[in-house]
Amino acid sequence: MYIIDSTELHNLMEELIKRGYLLIGPTVRSGAIVLESIRTVDDLPRGFGDEQEPSHYSLKRRNDAMLFGFVVGPVSWKKFLYPPRLTMFKATRAGKSFTIAPEGTDKNRKLAFIGVRPCEVSGILMQDQVFTGGKYVDRAYKAARDNAFIVAVNCTVTGGNCFCASMGTGPGATRGFDIALTEVLGGGKHYFVASAGTPRGEEVLGAVTQREATEPESRSALDAVARAAESLTKRMDIRELPQLLKDNFENPRWDDVAKRCLACTNCTMVCPTCFCSTVEDATDLTGMHAERSRRWDSCFTLDFTKVAGGNIRPSIRARYRQWLTHKLSNWMDQFGTLGCVGCGRCITWCPSGIDITAEVDAIRGNSVHA
Amino acid sequence: MKHETIQPPAAPGEGLRLHTVTVKKVIWETDDTFTLQIDLGEMGETFSFLPGQFNMLYVFGLGEAAISISSDASQGGMLAHTIHRVGTVTTGLAQMKRGDVIGLRGPFGTAWPITAARGKDVCIVAGGIGLAPLRPVMYAMLRERTAFERIILLYGARSPLDLLYRVELEEWAKEHNVEVLVTVDRGDSSWKGYIGVVTSLFSYLKLDARATVGYVCGPETMMKYTIDEMERRGLAEDQIYLSMERNMKCAVGFCGHCQYGPEFICKDGPVFTLPRIRHLLDKKEL
Repeated sequence: MYIIDSTELHNLMEELIKRGYLLIGPTVRSGAIVLESIRTVDDLPRGFGDEQEPSHYSLKRRNDAMLFGFVVGPVSWKKFLYPPRLTMFKATRAGKSFTIAPEGTDKNRKLAFIGVRPCEVSGILMQDQVFTGGKYVDRAYKAARDNAFIVAVNCTVTGGNCFCASMGTGPGATRGFDIALTEVLGGGKHYFVASAGTPRGEEVLGAVTQREATEPESRSALDAVARAAESLTKRMDIRELPQLLKDNFENPRWDDVAKRCLACTNCTMVCPTCFCSTVEDATDLTGMHAERSRRWDSCFTLDFTKVAGGNIRPSIRARYRQWLTHKLSNWMDQFGTLGCVGCGRCITWCPSGIDITAEVDAIRGNSVHA
Repeated sequence: MKHETIQPPAAPGEGLRLHTVTVKKVIWETDDTFTLQIDLGEMGETFSFLPGQFNMLYVFGLGEAAISISSDASQGGMLAHTIHRVGTVTTGLAQMKRGDVIGLRGPFGTAWPITAARGKDVCIVAGGIGLAPLRPVMYAMLRERTAFERIILLYGARSPLDLLYRVELEEWAKEHNVEVLVTVDRGDSSWKGYIGVVTSLFSYLKLDARATVGYVCGPETMMKYTIDEMERRGLAEDQIYLSMERNMKCAVGFCGHCQYGPEFICKDGPVFTLPRIRHLLDKKEL
């Protein structure tokens, strides 16, 4: 464990810039904390916090100078590894034939993510499984991922919709980062306790600080994270949840939630693990040039399951059930973990305030096997 | 699991690379269904597939569709896909002429485990366009006809005019000792064959339950009733295989569209053993 004073955090950013990384981090924009390109510590949301409830998000001023005194906003890191829209190829007509020019992401672009929350580190690891863990590998994702440097920031504050402890993803990060920081503010001191998770993290950290944390400093950081864990108010009971959902395909709660769900797709857009996509094909007016792009899609759209005979899931009941069951049951069969990190975004950004933890509780309460 | 479908290796180019291939011939099988013959050109040197697998076919500017391969897997460089004209892409494919170029990625998905059926009776049941992914099975078995005992094909279509591969159906019956039974939902004045759903054909058969493998492809309702009939006749559930269909965008497990409970139809299927998916078959809107 090392110490980076809050006034030295810019050194870490400089060292990363020096190594060719473009920095992405939290910053305040349009009344929310979003993730954008940043350059200095001044771009961070110093002194800002956030307030989250089902269907509610608002920024608030903190009465201190915490740099990471907030939780997760509407933007997740997903979009930097798996872009919302990606041109896959361009094709040009040549007589009866055509030529194909592959497109994709800039394979040389190196991004450093500053301030990745532990739940989001888990989200990234889950998407690694989806895009690089199987028979096929998404090369665009893999290139972006290999080039991404992750500076995790452990949570010392929690939000009203957070339930990371239930999912085993937070509030402290245990793996998946290059460098992990814990912000400590109090007693006239403001510093970060830092540790490296990879050799390249070690190398960067070594260039930023040589000062090892004292026992009380390390203790303060661990205590702050432990206090955050205790302050979590939301929980999800995940005991035997995959099987519970398999057994409750016809639970009446699906009808109930279907009356509230607007199928607006917000939950899937803000989710750090949702990975579904569709493709769009288009030509220009001359008909000589065609393009194929991939964009995020959602299992809440009607046409998602369209086949020659119609749509497989015409009802919202079936679509909500698919989403929740995929996350909390089928994901286990497919990728060996649950597909939810407990970040609570789907709860905050649901216009109806549907709370995934409450839905799970209700299904458990009505369970055919309860 | 003991009885599994065949999991061929990943398609070349990690599945996402599109190749251009040339249309050799368009054969209209019925009013709305045609077979597209494709010359793979250079790609033919490395391309191979197993019966039951599918390709993604791309029409310039219009998009892609997942189409099962309906040709003989032993005929390298030449491929055929039998396609029901129903959406934008399949309509685009229907307008192709000899020499036109389309895009192709593949092959994808699991295959019918033909080797496992050697020395046994094989009962193939197809509904409508469901015969297309089973035609490569027939070609493979007929190439070594003596390796199999009885080969039975039960095939149902909407009407006599909707029957696919009529010439071949007769050939298989007459020249290759295949028990071909065909039925239609609605007959016409010229039709002298069976009328009724495909499962009604089981009443004309005697199956040796302990030595029969079942391959089924068609609409889901038809497959469910077919499984019932097969099991009623004593076929073991792990000797029954079926091919499923769902919306697909990527064919490599990334787009999420083809999910069927825990399964991705594109990579875990389309061919499944019955035990693997039987608990999903009765779930509506899954």
